[in-house]
Amino acid sequence: MIINHPLLGPRDAQEFTYLGDATLINRPDWQSDNAAQAFHDYLYLRDNPAGEHRELWFHEQGDRSWLVVTRNTVTHEILSVEMARDVAKAAAAERSAQ
Amino acid sequence: MRYSALKLIKEAVTGHKGWTPQWRDPEPAQAYDYVIVGGGGHGLATAYYLAKEFGAARIAVLEKGWIGGGNVGRNTTIIRSNYLLDGNEPFYEFSLKLWENLEQDFNYNAMVSQRGILNLIHSDAQRDAARRRGNAMILNGSDAELLDTEGVRAMYPFLNFNDARFPIKGGLLHRRGGTVRHDAVAWGYARGADMRGVDIIQNCEVTGFRIENGKVLGVETSRGFIGAKKVGVSVAGSSSRVMEKAGMRLPIETHVLQAFVSEGLKPFIPGVITYGAGHFYCSQSDKGGLVFGGDLDMYNSYAQRGNLPVVEDVIEGGISLIPALGRARLLRSWGGIMDMSMDGSPFIDKTHIDGLYFNGGWCYGGFKATPASGYCFAHLLKTDRPHDTATAYRLDRFMTGHMIDEKGQGAQPNLH
Repeated sequence: MIINHPLLGPRDAQEFTYLGDATLINRPDWQSDNAAQAFHDYLYLRDNPAGEHRELWFHEQGDRSWLVVTRNTVTHEILSVEMARDVAKAAAAERSAQ
Repeated sequence: MRYSALKLIKEAVTGHKGWTPQWRDPEPAQAYDYVIVGGGGHGLATAYYLAKEFGAARIAVLEKGWIGGGNVGRNTTIIRSNYLLDGNEPFYEFSLKLWENLEQDFNYNAMVSQRGILNLIHSDAQRDAARRRGNAMILNGSDAELLDTEGVRAMYPFLNFNDARFPIKGGLLHRRGGTVRHDAVAWGYARGADMRGVDIIQNCEVTGFRIENGKVLGVETSRGFIGAKKVGVSVAGSSSRVMEKAGMRLPIETHVLQAFVSEGLKPFIPGVITYGAGHFYCSQSDKGGLVFGGDLDMYNSYAQRGNLPVVEDVIEGGISLIPALGRARLLRSWGGIMDMSMDGSPFIDKTHIDGLYFNGGWCYGGFKATPASGYCFAHLLKTDRPHDTATAYRLDRFMTGHMIDEKGQGAQPNLH
């Protein structure tokens, strides 16, 4: 698989390590009333879709940036690649706007 | 039809015209007492033991494809009982004991071959860990022997003992482990279940569950609605997709694991060798092919095929351990998809929906568990209580803190 890094261009997936579902960016609020349940779901439960999957890849043998890669888990086709920090910042901006 | 040497001789002299199909191809009935979703090894074993050991009647196994077409026919056929933790080892020891008597039990030649499994050791720390695991195995009624370098050399003189990175310093030998003809396991259980009245319905995909007031009433399938008092789901690899239809999210990711077989060679590896440090394990089939594999591809995948970097990694590991492997030609490689759970251990449990039961999360260790998984799932379906050896395989164990993490990797499924 080739991951089209937003800063470095196309790179072999072998340069990366894989973490998992990109929802791991959205850590629950530890002060909420249902924090124990929310952290259980955050840490242990997964949608695990057959099809499009947003997931975290780490460019360990490269610039050590985290990426959010949208990939099809049935065909291995990579549909889009974003910097994880951009995704996290956009999510934070959305939360503060609410 | 019961198989025997006498029957074989009779058929041999009469032109083999008397053999009949090993199981029927029935139309689904409107309702059953027990519906097992998934006609893989575990589902067929569940139906077999439900009928045979627990006297249950009106059982159906629903299979999307055909019997033996899933992971039961795609694995590397190893059986073993060499786990460390209390939640696991009694279960796998129970499974190995069932394997030891399986062929007599279901009257089918599954070619169970207890040829021994050797886990290689390369350092003092690994030796300590192997000794500890060996002791845990012995305490649970299994067998283990710690070998030194010379002990390993006597068994496998052709290994690369003086590798610069991972010199071989010994091994943990589990003599009762071995290999089984995997397809025959599926066929044997299917035939055994069918003989006891189980309907095995192939080409029948479950598309949904009918659930009312928190109780399951049956399953919607590609061949119409089938009513059921109890539904057991046993579809490892696709567990998340099927249980999603019942509104459940599981502590599981689906990953692809590759396996390989070489051209047929003269007998040269009598047992199973595992080289954990090099991500490689190998045995030789009775046809002569070297059957080997290594790590997961590491990313979520529902494709029954992997990518080339892992092919390269496995073969590098293999050649560093067995230099002679460089002369063999690769015949086939393939991939299977598996439920990787959050602690590397499986689930055999009720769900929060009355009458709906779940069996899955087998990671890449489902084949060896087939008999005990079927037996324990049948026990749960019939009695609503877990079998004594499977009490730890609960779906809520991450909430209650009772994880069974053999490798101590935490909630990172691709590392188990």
